[in-house]
Amino acid sequence: MIDRKFIGMTLPKTSVDVEKGQLRFFAKATGETNPIYFDEAAAKDAGHPALPAPPTFAFSLNLLAPQKVNWLQEMGVNIANILHGEQAFEYFKPIYAGDVITLQSRVADIYDKKGGALEFIVMELDAENQRGELCVRQRMVTVVRNSGAAK
Amino acid sequence: MSVITYDSVKVGDRLPEHVCGPITRTTLALFAGGSGDHMPLHIDSDFCKRAGIPDVFAHGMLSMAYLAQLLTRWVPQSQIVNWNARFISITPVNATVLCNGEVMKKFDDQQRVLLSINTKVKDGAETLSGEALIALP
Repeated sequence: MIDRKFIGMTLPKTSVDVEKGQLRFFAKATGETNPIYFDEAAAKDAGHPALPAPPTFAFSLNLLAPQKVNWLQEMGVNIANILHGEQAFEYFKPIYAGDVITLQSRVADIYDKKGGALEFIVMELDAENQRGELCVRQRMVTVVRNSGAAK
Repeated sequence: MSVITYDSVKVGDRLPEHVCGPITRTTLALFAGGSGDHMPLHIDSDFCKRAGIPDVFAHGMLSMAYLAQLLTRWVPQSQIVNWNARFISITPVNATVLCNGEVMKKFDDQQRVLLSINTKVKDGAETLSGEALIALP
């Protein structure tokens, strides 16, 4: 079982550049056909100052940012036993190529079901831009499958 | 894109289906690099076999990116207020993904609509299910 002392824990802030090459790569990988997501001229024609980050790209920023703490390892979780259970996004300001995004993560909750066979880690992640404006708030639920005896 | 207005939308309206894929191994390799998710479960079949999993499977966030396209083909991204998806079952490699949405509620005071959205594997299981709150002019 994961120690419930981690509930409320705040991870160190980390910053990541929103690179236009990465946005184009993401667009290609997802088969995006709307040119505002990969063609700067089209983005500007649509009123954007630069290529916009698509709706789920904030999740990738979590992965692309340098991680100062491996929070799953800190909790003693084996990554072979985890599943992404749920993901939510709430938007406040757009994110654009050239922005520098600071991420702040917090362990909002940890709970279990089925007598501890499944544990759920709820993380809340705020993404702020270089002007200190909150852009996106994410809620991520990670499911941990605890099979057999606890170590 | 034709402009979707609040008054033109009714409860029960369906968004145009968005068909994605098939998700090949190349798609998974590209999405690993493009999204920053390098989990070997999605790209390394040798790793999967050692872990007792028959083959690689698609990133859940790839299907969520497709669901985002369902929304941004309907309205500009700036009109998405919030949304979520629950990951119900895995998407096997070579699957074609069908994204769908339906208007469930209208909120007159805010000119917003609540959508029920989901992804399914063509000829297979539901993979993601969620809701999206959309602001309309």
